[in-house]
Amino acid sequence: MTIAEAAAILNCKTVCGADKMDRPVSSACGADLMSDVLTFVKENCLLLTGMVNAHVVRTAEMLDVPCIVLVRGKVPTQDMIELAEQTGVTLLTCEYTLYEACGRLYQNGLPPCK
Amino acid sequence: MSSGYKESFSIVAGDFASAGEVSARIKIILRMIGIDPAIIRRVSIAAYEAELNMIIHSFGGEMTLKIDSGSIHIDCVDTGPGIEDIEMAMKEGFSTASPDIQMMGFGAGMGLPNIKKNSDEMEIRSDPGGTHLHLKFNIV
Repeated sequence: MTIAEAAAILNCKTVCGADKMDRPVSSACGADLMSDVLTFVKENCLLLTGMVNAHVVRTAEMLDVPCIVLVRGKVPTQDMIELAEQTGVTLLTCEYTLYEACGRLYQNGLPPCK
Repeated sequence: MSSGYKESFSIVAGDFASAGEVSARIKIILRMIGIDPAIIRRVSIAAYEAELNMIIHSFGGEMTLKIDSGSIHIDCVDTGPGIEDIEMAMKEGFSTASPDIQMMGFGAGMGLPNIKKNSDEMEIRSDPGGTHLHLKFNIV
């Protein structure tokens, strides 16, 4: 699945990285605890989270995570947007809860991170 | 492949806003040198965890990247206050981080175990005068 396909499933708004939506994602995970994300997330994984701070983007950068989806209509901070633009991480928002966003992607064939 | 590269970076205690900047710089250097992306990823994760640890728990110090023909080394040296119980710090879930840090999504007590998991060799020495964490990653 591409980031664009995942974005369509979740009716996402694109905050930044609109020119990089054709990148593939091979799995997804939902987490607010970046300590956990750092221990199990694989590269090319799409990260869904309700945590809003620039360290979420920094964590994605370290893990080669190409896309972050902020759930429940959360609004990214300016430093988060700037870091995402600088590091090439696509930043999206959606209105679904973390549970439902994960469920919709899973239902459409995007597997969990293992 | 280049050999004999060495660069040190200052880590400021409590400067959580810039956490990850040094690790991001290390990642760029390793990419420029042409290191295998899978190894870069492991070094980046370990360096980021170590950088967070130094910012959250130490009085500050220096992180040094060394690259030779067969391996990458990361040395984290701080000026204290030391890790009281290294055995406990190595246990997943054991944390002494403040609630403020935990509110940001960090400090869950996964750092040192994750550093060990991502490195090929890890040595840690600590006393109240400071902690020295040495990490080695085999390139070949």
